[in-house]
Amino acid sequence: MSHAPAHAHEHPDFLRHHFNTPKQQFEAGKLGMWLFLATEVLLFGGLFVGYSVWRGNHPEMFKAGSVFLNTKLGALNTAVLILSSITMAAAVTMAQRNKRGPLILLLSLTIAGAVTFLVVKYFEYTHKFHLGIYPGLKFYEKPAGDSHTLSGSLVNDAGGVDLVLVEGTEPLVQEVAFADTPEAEPTTVAPAAIGPAGLAQDALEPGDRPADDDHAEHLTHPLQDPHRPANVHMFFNIYYLMTGLHGVHVAAGIGVLTWLLIGAAKGRFGSAYFTPVDLGGLYWHVVDLIWIFLFPLFYLI
Amino acid sequence: MTDTTPSPQETTEHHSVGHIVPVRILAATGIALLILTILTVWVAGFDLGNLNIWAALAIAAFKGSLVVLFFMHLRYDRPFNGVVFVTSLALVALFISFALTDTKEYAPDILPGDATEVQKQLAEVQP
Repeated sequence: MSHAPAHAHEHPDFLRHHFNTPKQQFEAGKLGMWLFLATEVLLFGGLFVGYSVWRGNHPEMFKAGSVFLNTKLGALNTAVLILSSITMAAAVTMAQRNKRGPLILLLSLTIAGAVTFLVVKYFEYTHKFHLGIYPGLKFYEKPAGDSHTLSGSLVNDAGGVDLVLVEGTEPLVQEVAFADTPEAEPTTVAPAAIGPAGLAQDALEPGDRPADDDHAEHLTHPLQDPHRPANVHMFFNIYYLMTGLHGVHVAAGIGVLTWLLIGAAKGRFGSAYFTPVDLGGLYWHVVDLIWIFLFPLFYLI
Repeated sequence: MTDTTPSPQETTEHHSVGHIVPVRILAATGIALLILTILTVWVAGFDLGNLNIWAALAIAAFKGSLVVLFFMHLRYDRPFNGVVFVTSLALVALFISFALTDTKEYAPDILPGDATEVQKQLAEVQP
């Protein structure tokens, strides 16, 4: 400003008045972003604690549940996120080098990666819903529009009915030995949702299980497997919660990246001021970082 | 006017903000991450018992380190930013280890497959 020559140093447009120098503004913004990312780690950390405790107590649920996850799609999504992380990191470099065209291209590719990830995730979720694998109590509802039939019931040691598969007009009815299930004898085993330590309804001793493995061939629906351990729905609750929260972060990332793309198109970013691109990139890399852990924990082991 | 208010593209005397990581290094990091993804899928194909989870976690931790150090510039960044981030990771590690140690010690209702340590001790006490 020509009428304000008191400023000894240059005072560019992007520099807020409460900062002395662009460097100070950059460092402060970056520290703030790292603090936010630390809270993100703690947010997911709580869920990882839940995962660890449940898995520590009930590894059989995780073994039985992870069968339903498609490793190929999970690996594909991992690769998609890694590729979008490369383009994001390169976008920061391009912003620092004043290369506006490549910056716009790389940000667009990053957004494309984020959208691809969510599309793949959509197909994964809807496939599970088709199988009747819903989060929460709906897990036990029959799959919509399914015409699978299977007869047989499994009575556990406690006298409760662990899994009932009814043949007839109702395609597939599964019930669990909750005390309030009218048809079932009240179980003496504590029902679900009283805490991790009280949930091992591994009622089926090996001797109680149907011996004929041919039986499994007639199963048209994977959830009808009588060998399925109790409470596998807990695996899917944890799966939906953790991947769902991650998916919300991916969706938020699309918003952040779109905002960056608009800013890049307007020429807001360059070698002197690239802080938003840098910080948005840090957020996007943390989204990738969390998926790097979610992928093996759910799909592989 | 314009000479005292440079656009973001103009280099100023303070242009030494941040560290520029060459695309070559970023690409190499990304390729390493993709190879490690293939590796972790391949390793999971073998039944190594409990080793499977440790192998997967070790690979994931290594991949995460690559992301944080190179993609997130932490290798070139001010150390304090790293202190903030590593502190949060350490707190999560503490949280997980305490929770896991704790959950094995309680047996409000001792059920098959639960509270393995307590059950072992009870089996020794009770004839």
